[in-house]
Amino acid sequence: MKLSALQQSYMNRRNNSFRGSAPLDSSSDGSIKSPSAIFWLILHGLCCLISLVLGYRFSRLVFFFLFSTSATNLYTSPFRSATDLSQTLNFHPNPVVNPELPFNRTAATTTTTAAATTSSSRVVVGRHGIRIRPWPHPNPDEVMKAHRIIERVQMEQRLQFGVKNPKTVIAVTPTYVRTFQTLHLTGVMHSLMLVPYDLVWIVVEAGGVTNETSSVLAKSGLRIIHVGFDKRMPNSWEGRHRLETKMRLHALRIVKEEKMDGIVMFADDSNMHSSELFDEIQNVKWVGAVSVGILAHSSGTDESSVSVIEKREEGENPSMPVQGPACNASNQLVGWHTFNSIPYAGKSATYIGDRAIVLPRKLEWAGFVLNSRLFWKDAEEKPELVKDLDSLDGVDEDIESPLSLLKDISVVEPLGSCGRQVLLWWLRVEARADSKFPSGWIVDPPLEITVPSKRTPWPDAPPELPSNEKVVVGVQEHTVKHSPKTRTPRSKRSSRSKRKHDTKIVDTQLPVRHSEQN
Amino acid sequence: MRICIWVFPVLIVCGLVCRINADQTARTERISGSAGDVLDDDPTGRLKVYVYELPSKYNKKLLQKDPRCLNHMFAAEIYMHRFLLSSPVRTLNPEEADWFYTPIYITCDLTPTGLPLPFKSPRMMRSAIQLISSKWPYWNRTEGADHFFVVPHDFGACFHYQEEKAIERGILPLLHRATLVQTFGQRNHVCLNEGSITIPPYAPPQKMQAHLIPQETPRSIFVYFRGLFYDVNNDPEGGYYARGARAAVWENFKDNALFDISTDHPTTYYEDMQRAIFCLCPLGWAPWSPRLVEAVVFGCIPIIIADDIVLPFADAIPWEEIGVFVAEEDVPNLDTILTSIPPEVILRKQRLLANPSMKSAMMFPQPTQPGDAFHQILNGLARKLPHKKNIYLKSGEKLLNWTAGPVGDLKPW
Repeated sequence: MKLSALQQSYMNRRNNSFRGSAPLDSSSDGSIKSPSAIFWLILHGLCCLISLVLGYRFSRLVFFFLFSTSATNLYTSPFRSATDLSQTLNFHPNPVVNPELPFNRTAATTTTTAAATTSSSRVVVGRHGIRIRPWPHPNPDEVMKAHRIIERVQMEQRLQFGVKNPKTVIAVTPTYVRTFQTLHLTGVMHSLMLVPYDLVWIVVEAGGVTNETSSVLAKSGLRIIHVGFDKRMPNSWEGRHRLETKMRLHALRIVKEEKMDGIVMFADDSNMHSSELFDEIQNVKWVGAVSVGILAHSSGTDESSVSVIEKREEGENPSMPVQGPACNASNQLVGWHTFNSIPYAGKSATYIGDRAIVLPRKLEWAGFVLNSRLFWKDAEEKPELVKDLDSLDGVDEDIESPLSLLKDISVVEPLGSCGRQVLLWWLRVEARADSKFPSGWIVDPPLEITVPSKRTPWPDAPPELPSNEKVVVGVQEHTVKHSPKTRTPRSKRSSRSKRKHDTKIVDTQLPVRHSEQN
Repeated sequence: MRICIWVFPVLIVCGLVCRINADQTARTERISGSAGDVLDDDPTGRLKVYVYELPSKYNKKLLQKDPRCLNHMFAAEIYMHRFLLSSPVRTLNPEEADWFYTPIYITCDLTPTGLPLPFKSPRMMRSAIQLISSKWPYWNRTEGADHFFVVPHDFGACFHYQEEKAIERGILPLLHRATLVQTFGQRNHVCLNEGSITIPPYAPPQKMQAHLIPQETPRSIFVYFRGLFYDVNNDPEGGYYARGARAAVWENFKDNALFDISTDHPTTYYEDMQRAIFCLCPLGWAPWSPRLVEAVVFGCIPIIIADDIVLPFADAIPWEEIGVFVAEEDVPNLDTILTSIPPEVILRKQRLLANPSMKSAMMFPQPTQPGDAFHQILNGLARKLPHKKNIYLKSGEKLLNWTAGPVGDLKPW
């Protein structure tokens, strides 16, 4: 009786919140106004008051253990002894007096079922502890194992659903040593390192092979063919475009000579490539074209770019111009989207490093992918090239894009759902041609003069240079008195300049100032 | 010499055939459970089912009152009725029937928020059985041993949503001899009868098909789960809901980047499951949930955290080889357990999940398709045939107690 009344009130609370305006359990007995029920109601009220005073929920289940008779059967086997539990359980930080005991009421009340549970279930109904392990944070070894599992699953997915018989990707990059070369080349290198197919990277360097470039390329672990091209890169954008074309043709010659089998794509070093590009170009048969997003960017002069943008918005142009194949409704190639350079006429950059918009050509080489067999000597059912690569040697003609190499442009296959997907972005950002940068981006030996920066997060006194000897003594005396706040900046600075004695003294005289001020 | 000439082409043909077979088995694997390779069995001709004609107050009128019954996870009972009415296993002659089906929509009494109320269900069932036992002689012949009922509610035929109350009530006394087709399954539990058939909960097949993404999308989420960890409305202190297992998952792994778990309701739920390798299927108030069905359909390996659970069609589907079972006490070590599974095992589980007969066995499509859950139920019923001779009672023998149970159950409906 006690059990059912208390249960009922507990369940009713759950009923009301769970089922909304649900009727009370009709199968249970009606409301019993017997003395025991009233007693339990009073006890419930008492517990509420106690909870109010104490500040946390005071569970009435305590009273079960004080007043329960032998009618309630406490299973000790699922309890699994307090020692066991304390090892595996870490109680939820919830201030609950409620002892964490699984409370099995089944034995007491199930008498009606004919199919009696002959084997006692080890799964019991009731309150269970929330198990938290002592250090609930990820273990780095396991994280690595999980990543290897993910890699393996993705490799399997690629094998099953991806491209069957993937071809080698032959990436052609013309480059030359300049300030931004490391920046651009590292970007392309990382994109190529993530390609899941076999890759050969042909890097053609204007001005001959240099150690600078080689050291950057050596970090990749890719198969690289690094060749030099004997001309120096000119300072104008026109000249650069022309030389880059020649360098690309030189690379194609290598493809032809080595009889490389694969898909040639042009990865200019300042472009950005998406991973989907490499999956999409696997679908090419002979010549393919992808859409290239043009990021024509001008650094500096905001007025001119603003006016250009305004003009652009008046027309129907999208916010980012896109070069690539144009298709009709039945997904056939009908034309080309090219870059509209008319708004920029006269305002574009002439020399590399100019603070003006750098314009792309009408159709960039980067937007085309070619099957390497196109360049093989023996023609086995391939579209005819206009001229053989050999005859292009020394020709001064500007070959704007691979389209000029083909006899029949209509064989070009549009990729990326007929040019609707932009799979790579074209960008040219260069520093001024005469800008200096440390070779290999290594500062060695370290700089001789360290000047404290003008704005630091810690309070800084303007530097003054007293004589050396006085300062050395001062440092020893004042070391102890420094507040912890100024200690950290000092340690940062001194660690950086540990090598040179001069610089150390220059730094440490600052904290001396602090203590004096304090 | 002549033999040599013939051997060579024969070998080539064999090689080709083997290669083709190898290709096919690389993607999926045949599934055979403890009952053998039975997922593809065709029940037609193996059994005959007679469908009782009950007045519409037991089925159609309930549905008319509340058409939401067709979409919630208990809708299997309605679709089973519709399937049987037009199925080739249906017979109009009860004398030749092996099984008898009572079309009663027992969970179709919904609250405004859409949850089924079980309070009238015992009375409804009792009145239905009284009807069939008085109108037809077949119930009294065996006291229901060759009848089956679909009871998809939380705790099956115990007709209550709270476990303690359900255990207290036990299975409705009148249904003790009948075969129960239910979603609830837990070993050594009062509400699971020997010989019951466990079925998956209803999940709308069109909705799931509409959210399929390309198979080559790489699976980049390690573990995925969306749902409650604490049920603050009904279990404010924690420890009651899900026996503390969901709360343990949250507390141990909430800042683990490999576990994408939260209480959000994203619109991309189905798409996300297809990008995950493992999907958690922990128990809630009851051990079963539609998450298992969704995980199987979307190819995500289910991690089942529910002690002693009995999964759907357990004799036909070897769940041990397909899902990962984690004991509730091992939840704090879930990341260790999962990362120590060898990749070959994981790939094999994915192959088993990719088997189309596995996916169709979990769904209730309209119109029905071969190998779907309806057919698996019939297969399960067919495997229980032939009936043992001792189920037929001698005249005057009565085994069921018609007056057992709480007083409220005996009121007419």
